[in-house]
Amino acid sequence: MKELVETIAKAIVDNPEQVVVNEVVGEKSVILELSVAEEDMGKIIGRQGRIARAIRTVVKAAATREGKKAIVDIQDN
Amino acid sequence: MNFIRQEGKTVEEAVEIALEKLGLREEEAEIKVIDEGSKGLLGLIGARNAVVEVKVKVNPMQTGKEFLENILEKMSCQARVEVDESKTDEEQIYYNINGPDLGIIIGHRGETLDAIQYLTSLVVNKHSDRYWRILLDAEGYRLRREETLEKLARRLADKAIATGRKVVLEPMPPHERRIIHMALREDKRISTYSEGKEPFRRVLIERVDRI
Repeated sequence: MKELVETIAKAIVDNPEQVVVNEVVGEKSVILELSVAEEDMGKIIGRQGRIARAIRTVVKAAATREGKKAIVDIQDN
Repeated sequence: MNFIRQEGKTVEEAVEIALEKLGLREEEAEIKVIDEGSKGLLGLIGARNAVVEVKVKVNPMQTGKEFLENILEKMSCQARVEVDESKTDEEQIYYNINGPDLGIIIGHRGETLDAIQYLTSLVVNKHSDRYWRILLDAEGYRLRREETLEKLARRLADKAIATGRKVVLEPMPPHERRIIHMALREDKRISTYSEGKEPFRRVLIERVDRI
């Protein structure tokens, strides 16, 4: 799950080397804390959160397969 | 490395060195002349080297394919990604995903497929000098959905004509709303339009009553 978020984020931002994903695994849920360079925040959130929503949809689908709930938490710098 | 700034006595020489370093042929590279250089007076005073920037020309089809293969793999989804040449032209790239068990990447009403399609379009257009529309299908899902929507449109249009009441459809993404509008375009007894904000925008079908 962590790798999936990393792959997507790195492909979209201008500073892929600054993409960090921290995975917090719970019993039924996984929290994925995503942080990117400050100037890339817009690239990861998108207008009206459209990009963030798309990332969450894809990650949620992957998590469902593992019988888990995934929460993608975009970190504020 | 896919980008290089190179100096040389002449533009030709700089390009040649840069291509050599990148291991590219000229048609595979994008070349920008930064400084044409100058021989100077009598080749002595004010002589300046030529400077060029050379980078790998991006292949949008390949970029999208690699991104898709990458995320499908990370989703533990065994699937093949292919460009559908018959639906690909100078404006759009159409990808087909084939494999077993693609329900997970299609999602409820194609929601996941739409999300992957949108992300792929961001990735492809990020390095492209012009806009490519990206379309994604998995195991013929789009085609089946299109047929379903066309039938639905016809049925609801008949209902609007029969009852004289506005028929409100459920929220749909833009390309699905377009299918409804297109399916009913020829029917002059009704008109179709959309209302609301994304992602809750929906189509309405209304009977046209001429006086």
